[in-house]
Amino acid sequence: MLGLDLYELPLFFALQGVVLYAILAGADFGAGIWQLLAGRGERARRIRAYAHHSMAPVWEANHVWLIFVLVVVWTGYPVAFASLASTLAVALTAAGLGIVLRGVAYALRSASAGAAELRAVDTMTAVGSVLAPFALAAAAGGIASQRVPVGNAAGDLWSSWLNPTSIMAGVLALLSSAYLAAVYLAADARREGDEEMAATFRVRALVAGSVAGVATIAGALVVRSDARWIFDRLVDTPALLSVALSLLAGAATLVLVARWRLDAARVSAAVAVAAVVGGWALAQNPVLLPGLTVRQAAAPDNVLVLLVIVILIGGLILFPSLGLLFRLVLRGSFSAEPHVERRTPLAGPTGGLAATLTATRLAGACFAIGAAFLVLGDSGWPHAIGVAALGAFIVLGLSALAGEDSRE
Amino acid sequence: MFDPVQQAYLLEARQMQALSFAVHIPLVCFGIAFPAMVLRAEWLWMRTGDEVYRVLAMRWTKVMVALFACGVVTGTILSFEMGLLWPGFMGTFGAVFGLGFALEGFSFFIEAIFIGIYVYGWNRMSPRAHFLSGIPIVLAGLTGSLFVLAVNSWMNDPGGFTVRDGRITDVEPITALFRNGHLGFELVHMYLAGFMVTGFLVAAAYAVGRLRGRWGRYERIALTIPLTVAALAAPVQVLVGDWAAREVAKTQPTKLAALEGVGDTQRGAPLHLLGWYRDGEVKAGIPIPKGLSLLAFHDPDAEVQGLDAVPEADRPPVNVVRIAFQLMVSIGTFLAALSAWYLFARTRRKRVPSGRWFYRLLVLAGPASVIALISGWVTTEVGRQPWVVYEVMRTEEAVTAAQGIPVGYATLAAFYACLIAAVAWILRRLARAPMATVAEPKRALGGG
Repeated sequence: MLGLDLYELPLFFALQGVVLYAILAGADFGAGIWQLLAGRGERARRIRAYAHHSMAPVWEANHVWLIFVLVVVWTGYPVAFASLASTLAVALTAAGLGIVLRGVAYALRSASAGAAELRAVDTMTAVGSVLAPFALAAAAGGIASQRVPVGNAAGDLWSSWLNPTSIMAGVLALLSSAYLAAVYLAADARREGDEEMAATFRVRALVAGSVAGVATIAGALVVRSDARWIFDRLVDTPALLSVALSLLAGAATLVLVARWRLDAARVSAAVAVAAVVGGWALAQNPVLLPGLTVRQAAAPDNVLVLLVIVILIGGLILFPSLGLLFRLVLRGSFSAEPHVERRTPLAGPTGGLAATLTATRLAGACFAIGAAFLVLGDSGWPHAIGVAALGAFIVLGLSALAGEDSRE
Repeated sequence: MFDPVQQAYLLEARQMQALSFAVHIPLVCFGIAFPAMVLRAEWLWMRTGDEVYRVLAMRWTKVMVALFACGVVTGTILSFEMGLLWPGFMGTFGAVFGLGFALEGFSFFIEAIFIGIYVYGWNRMSPRAHFLSGIPIVLAGLTGSLFVLAVNSWMNDPGGFTVRDGRITDVEPITALFRNGHLGFELVHMYLAGFMVTGFLVAAAYAVGRLRGRWGRYERIALTIPLTVAALAAPVQVLVGDWAAREVAKTQPTKLAALEGVGDTQRGAPLHLLGWYRDGEVKAGIPIPKGLSLLAFHDPDAEVQGLDAVPEADRPPVNVVRIAFQLMVSIGTFLAALSAWYLFARTRRKRVPSGRWFYRLLVLAGPASVIALISGWVTTEVGRQPWVVYEVMRTEEAVTAAQGIPVGYATLAAFYACLIAAVAWILRRLARAPMATVAEPKRALGGG
């Protein structure tokens, strides 16, 4: 498939997950960063509210890409995962705590009222939005700069993610997240006809994009002196092509944003991020960790086959669902004024006393049958019958007692 | 497999994992069961056109989404901890059980996507489409439980691999995950627990209101929907628990011996209520002669394997496991009895119970169900010790070699204390929100 060997396939899918996480959750983190930089006053309040509004329906779904990457790596490349997670423990803990802050802040916002409370909650979101992407990208920088050896916590807990390459990666992740978010928020606002927010975020996109561009060049110099191995591979084919594509797409995004071509900019910004991840993957290939190739790290073939099947079938369910969510969001369905339809009853109260009595008796019978099979049965099938009968007891019980719910 | 490591803080690592579970699992219960209850209210609104159901479903949606967000992030911490704390386990067995989590990942995706649609689609989609968008959340709650419990049941009844010269070979993930002997009862037991915890907790909140004089049609409906589900689940749970114990007796005799404090292998083993395990027997307990043999093997003279059958180093901490087990069983019995009271009143008297004592006990039932839930997990997980993979890998072989576990543990505990406080604050706030603002929802953009 795709000219890849079986042992590479799950990693290929995991990298797709990394790309989607960097783009989608990255934009959510970026929205949090803009909340942090919003300042004070009425306009700042609008910026914070808009940033929240834009990510609220999607952040949970976007977050799951991280879980996807974790589970694919630990199933497909268990030794690599164990080595990574144990050495990068501090980085991952920091990222996890950042994610906790964001989740709790989101929950708190639904119950908050008043300017002071909302500002406090948005600050919490923002702190999490800086911590999580920085720590995750710094962890990636540790892998790229060959600081994560194979073994149980065999590397240094601190320098594995607090080193020049990691810090550069973390800063770049923050900048690119802010850039992505500004482009997306400007495009969303324009689509919804909120010209003030569109203009606000357009300026932020231009600034963040320019800074990110400069930082990338500075970052290249940092990597060159700190992690020569990966630098040399990044500036060699085939990785170089991907890196060049990223720079081009990043620059093109700036031009598109400047010309108000915001929907096109959305795509090119995503390409820029995807190409960075792609370039890194091409540069590392075939080395996963120092002394461990992808092939050596891979799980047995039958496990990989099952994993690929699960990913493909899962994708068949996942992508239409994601498509529905994003279509509703992008169409502005969730921004529209709510309308309350008055319902006319579909049917009168079902059943009379007789029906309820029958359901009660049937439920009792199911309980007795289920109890007998479950308690007296001694193997799989009597237990299955028992569970089914007890399930029927619950369902019948619910229907027998439903009519009472509205009785005075 | 990695080389053996020295870890001075194995106990702290286990406690950190236990803390993470204890915070996450009650939230999982709400993920499993609450969407179904919200949908039931919405369905009643669609069927009857009665506004009270719509208001109820919308108010509950706000609670659901707040708790789901907390569940998402605490679940993420758990998945990180798999690698942070137990790299020996992940590195050795990731290929065997990882697929269960890959499947769970897709369930989680579906849950997160449709919860976004459901929550923000209120009054912005046709009622029918909105109701339908909630169904995948309920289904994903079931499949998610299935896949996570497939992994846990494999840890308790491991198969689907061969250990050859210290290496894991012949890996068969499907056999490991779905053909082990524990999946059936663990899944049913936990899924029912989800409905019981959610049902009793939500009902308890309205029972508090009733005791304080807040009792109208809205409150009565809001109490009966969750309580009816929980009350139907509770008696079933007693039977499922009995089934689970008999299976444990077959496959994990050492765990059963710890649950019941059986020191010496014996025929016609008695069952002890209360008491304390010391020096190979239960002190100060109330014995029921031959009770254990009868319950566990349906034969009053059956032989029950004692803790003496395995070396000291292979035994779990008996009192922790036994007390947790007794706590779970006694709370479960209390909940079943309370449920019987409720079901009797509903079917015979055609109304909800009217005595104050019922509502006082119901208030107690909410937190008690959470204690039973956590005790149940302590029973099965501490009862599995010292093994992470039962009789294959020890917890000490699984743990990380990294320094600083106490620091991580303390940090997480501080964060989770704040999280619990935040959840309490959110729930109080949402409960006090005036009805009118909920009946006429604000635009999502406004936010405040």
